[in-house]
Amino acid sequence: MSTIEASPEVGHDDHGHDHDHDHPAFLAHHFDTPEQQFDSGKLGIWLFLVTEVLFFSGMFCAYAIFRALRPEVFEGCSQFLNTKLGAINTGVLLFSSLTMAWAVRCSQLEQHKGLVGTLAATLSCAMIFLGVKSIEYSHKWGMGLLPAGLFAYDPSNPHPTDHPNYLMYICIPFAIALAGVLLWLVVSAGLGNKMHVAMAMPLTVVCLCFFVGVGLGMVLESGDETAEHIDVHADPNGLASAPVMLEAEKAAAAEAAPAIAASGAMVSVDESVLEILAGDASNTGVTSGLNALEQQNAAAGTSTITGDEAVVGAITTTEIDVMTPTTAGVFFSIYYCMTGIHAIHILAGIGVLVWLLVRAVRLDFNRQYFGPVDYVGLYWHLVDLIWIYLFPLLYLIR
Amino acid sequence: MSAHAHSEDDHGSEGHDFAHPMSVQTLLAVFFALTFLTVITVAQASFDFGAFEVATVMFIATIKAVLVMAFFMHMIADKPFNAIIFIGSFVFVGLFVIFTLGDSMMTSGSFEPVVEELAPAVAEPMEVKVDGAP
Repeated sequence: MSTIEASPEVGHDDHGHDHDHDHPAFLAHHFDTPEQQFDSGKLGIWLFLVTEVLFFSGMFCAYAIFRALRPEVFEGCSQFLNTKLGAINTGVLLFSSLTMAWAVRCSQLEQHKGLVGTLAATLSCAMIFLGVKSIEYSHKWGMGLLPAGLFAYDPSNPHPTDHPNYLMYICIPFAIALAGVLLWLVVSAGLGNKMHVAMAMPLTVVCLCFFVGVGLGMVLESGDETAEHIDVHADPNGLASAPVMLEAEKAAAAEAAPAIAASGAMVSVDESVLEILAGDASNTGVTSGLNALEQQNAAAGTSTITGDEAVVGAITTTEIDVMTPTTAGVFFSIYYCMTGIHAIHILAGIGVLVWLLVRAVRLDFNRQYFGPVDYVGLYWHLVDLIWIYLFPLLYLIR
Repeated sequence: MSAHAHSEDDHGSEGHDFAHPMSVQTLLAVFFALTFLTVITVAQASFDFGAFEVATVMFIATIKAVLVMAFFMHMIADKPFNAIIFIGSFVFVGLFVIFTLGDSMMTSGSFEPVVEELAPAVAEPMEVKVDGAP
């Protein structure tokens, strides 16, 4: 409580009056006014955001250097990232930014129900984002598309089945969280603790949203590349249909570029490339891969494919070269580093948003004291801002 | 940060707002603009702009970033000092990236270790670190 009053005319009243006027409970004793407290906190959070920007700039710098040195590696490896999932995640994150900005507005206008609702919506979007991300990650780990040093992608066997069920391991912590929150909800409902019910109910929805995101990711992944999806997620009846799907996609790929079919002299490597591209990339990827083969056949009658570094520079001629551990591994190192640290920031954001949600249910915020909501909002928008740059730089390289 | 820019701050402690709530219309408009720009970014990836591709993508992303900063992060209603600090950080990011990139272009031909590998899947990958910069 206040021991020194800054404004002399108020002086030392008894403490009860302090509460009413100059030092409400939310105002720290070293601040004169709520506005001063708010401005100080705001300056602090902006400075923190500056350190975050500089922190991420190191990774963007690494990205720039490697892309400048070997652009074809980025173009080739980017085909393995699912643009659809990235775009959906961008939309989800933008929407969460909207609800976060709305939450700040609600806290400023003392709309307590709206505040809880918008915070819960923001949290749900964050969980959906992580759910989709877990599909992306587990899918790539299953294919051996790992950072340099662990990279084990084999073009002739792109979908090995002998890997652990990565998706399950990612889901376990979230399932435990869901169970815990559900338990909290049931117990507090049983005890009739209305406030705890009001906290646990939105959090249950939030935890469920992770699995909504996982489902969304599965649907989108399978819509794009059915065969892989089945392999990765070990669908029991999917194993039988996987070869069929591959055949169908191969047929479609062959249709897309009839000139290739005529060029003949296809060795087994070419078929595997067809498989890879049909399985992993969009139609443009398939087409460019086929073009690469055509050019290769035209250039050298033999179609041996080695780790030849003296590439012409065109994207299409290097589709195969880039998938070596030393080159592709570097791309995936950068990919995992940037998106992984971004995901850690999402997790941290989830943590502070849960704290805000609990405080919002306790009606802690008012028009004089909405700083925490505003600060977390700024942090959340920065995380969104970084994704705005990450998405095109990683997913949309052609 | 005790200098108050607003005329109503005399009433600041008496329940008058120092907050500047964004109107719902503004928030929704910004959101739809951002979504629209995302659709454009995805759509442009199917056209070939050649060397301008990165520039196009970065330009659209920067428009989006400015929208987020100005409206979602309340920069237009915030104290200018905060904006100066934040925008100033990007100047240093620019310096950092440009100098490091220029240096790496002059010194290192490739970031990869020299490995004779005719069978790529078998070759032991070296410890490839982010060591393009000297």
